[in-house]
Amino acid sequence: MTNTHADAAATFLGNAPSARAHDDALWFIRGKRDGASNIPEWEALRTAGAALKAHAMGSLAELLESFEARATAAGVTVHWARDAAEHNAIVLDILRRHNARRVSKSKSMLTEECGLNEHLEHAGIEVIDTDLGERIVQLAGEGPSHIVAPAIHWRKEEVAELFHRKLGTPIDESSPEALAAAARVHLRDSLLHADASITGANALVAETGGVVVCTNEGNADLGMHSAPVHIVCVGLEKIIATLDDLAVILRLLARSGTGQPITVYTTHVTAPGPGAEMHVVLVDNGRTARLADAEFRSALHCIRCGACLNTCPVYRRSGGYSYGHVIPGPIGAILAPAVNLEQHKSLPFASTLCGSCGDVCPVRIDIPAQLLAWRGRVARAGKLPASYRSGMRYLGGTFGNAERFARAGRRLRWALRALPWLLRGRWNPWTRVGRALPVAPAESFREWARRTGRNQ
Amino acid sequence: MRVALAVPCYVDQLRPETARATLILLERLGCEVSLAFDAPCCGQPMANVGATDNALAAAACWTRSAAPFEYVVMPSGSCVNHVRHHLGDAHSARVTYELCEFIAGPLGRTRITGAFPHRVAMHLGCHAQRGLRLGGSTELNQPLSGPMYSLLSGLDGISIVPQSRRDECCGFGGSFSIGEPEVSAAMGRDRLRDFAANDAEVLVSSDVSCLTHLESLLAGGAARLRTLHVAELLEEATR
Repeated sequence: MTNTHADAAATFLGNAPSARAHDDALWFIRGKRDGASNIPEWEALRTAGAALKAHAMGSLAELLESFEARATAAGVTVHWARDAAEHNAIVLDILRRHNARRVSKSKSMLTEECGLNEHLEHAGIEVIDTDLGERIVQLAGEGPSHIVAPAIHWRKEEVAELFHRKLGTPIDESSPEALAAAARVHLRDSLLHADASITGANALVAETGGVVVCTNEGNADLGMHSAPVHIVCVGLEKIIATLDDLAVILRLLARSGTGQPITVYTTHVTAPGPGAEMHVVLVDNGRTARLADAEFRSALHCIRCGACLNTCPVYRRSGGYSYGHVIPGPIGAILAPAVNLEQHKSLPFASTLCGSCGDVCPVRIDIPAQLLAWRGRVARAGKLPASYRSGMRYLGGTFGNAERFARAGRRLRWALRALPWLLRGRWNPWTRVGRALPVAPAESFREWARRTGRNQ
Repeated sequence: MRVALAVPCYVDQLRPETARATLILLERLGCEVSLAFDAPCCGQPMANVGATDNALAAAACWTRSAAPFEYVVMPSGSCVNHVRHHLGDAHSARVTYELCEFIAGPLGRTRITGAFPHRVAMHLGCHAQRGLRLGGSTELNQPLSGPMYSLLSGLDGISIVPQSRRDECCGFGGSFSIGEPEVSAAMGRDRLRDFAANDAEVLVSSDVSCLTHLESLLAGGAARLRTLHVAELLEEATR
């Protein structure tokens, strides 16, 4: 199988201490999430979250137009971008009109999706990611490996070494407090002196025309309030109808993502500051096409909390990069195939279908069902690995007939007893990772039942 | 009560003692058990890789076999989850039960008399856990519960050991164990570490698939762990 996820995961697991730290760190967050969600109304909140997102996607056009009308009336310029290229061009155009050379940017998966940093840097504009985790991976020349905790795959000793090289901190200083303090000094300068500020958005509220930005570091607020130009880059699925809906989203988001009751900074921006400009770039980039696909539509409800990543036993042991897509983890595995089925065909199989992701999703996206449905799409597109295709054809012809099944079973058990050395070859993924072959009984249950006359 | 015993494909071939224990246990609990159910497989192995066409013959055979019965019992949460939620046959979905679910449900026995004086680690398969909802889930802030837990915890002398990640997947996942062997084995080894850290003597599972996977990783390290399907444990405890 050209199984990109499995191969990348094996490489990730090859560094055992790092992989264990990754698993432990994410499991810790999952535990915090369990604690924070232990409130009587939690399941009702999830149901309300699912309903309000379904409603928003069902009235997408009118809600977006309502948002646009109110935001425009408040002095915000609203732009519509069909795809990543249009989005990048709009942002660059705004920055050029302001002769911006240096831009501060808070966390935004949308700009990662669109490759905005590369686009702006290519045009000679310096982009400084101001979220601490984002800045770590940016200084290292990487992208985020997690949608909420971008540098979760970094250990503090590694960050110390990176900061020593890039920010001149002492080589032996690896306490999280000291590293955060060094980053704060470094980032504050960028935030206060940037020519423009780019932020993402966690929600767009149709009834107020407001943009809601949630952070734990306050970096988005410092940036947007210091710079003369604020550009909000946002996927159009972030629209919700009302402030009541926002209350539900805000209660779900941080509890699910990090186990906090609410993010430290939750900002509702409705107009540009005095003498400043504010732009909102609404990006489609495949979202309306997904809306047209009833089977996978609800994946658009995702509020990017990261809970499904933290709980996923496969993500925890394979790392974000193993998914080869900007959004990793279970939600990434159902989003990516719609972007490019050939490229991401291994992702729906990067799951044991254990179901945990579906149970933590704050908006009740049935991720396990969609993983299974994507497997069906991969199969029907003829993109299953050849070994799966021939194997499943064989099983299909054998397992639907008691006699053929009994014969095949006898052959398998004989092989397990007579040829274990052959079955233990390097080619066998079962034994290659140190798993013993099952001990084959001499007699199947049905053979026993027939022999003892119990099958009557 | 008359029930059909449906034996999953891999149990029939690789762990017939689980099926025999299920048969003996059900009879001991007063059931009249028919072994006339002869469909080899529900089709899940094919359906779960997306090859739904290849699952059709098995599913049709399964549906035919289930038709004459009012109760079909399987010693597997995973197969029952497939039958109930994916097979597309209303009768099969209605009449098919996982073993402990059947004992505690239609049979009305949430407690059975028996003894098993051992330290036991319980591993409910994920499809029993989250597909059939046969155990309280940590994601939902539910306590350890469900038919398998109540049947086990009602046995004399048994000690169900705590685990740091009690409802974490064992990593089997059918084709996943072949397609992603490294992650699969890492998940299984982590489960075994959890059992060992809590001094479990016996591992019990609702599913032979999980057991087979975890057993395959025992060679070497935690080899002292005895592995039992819940049917085998309950049969032994009620002798």
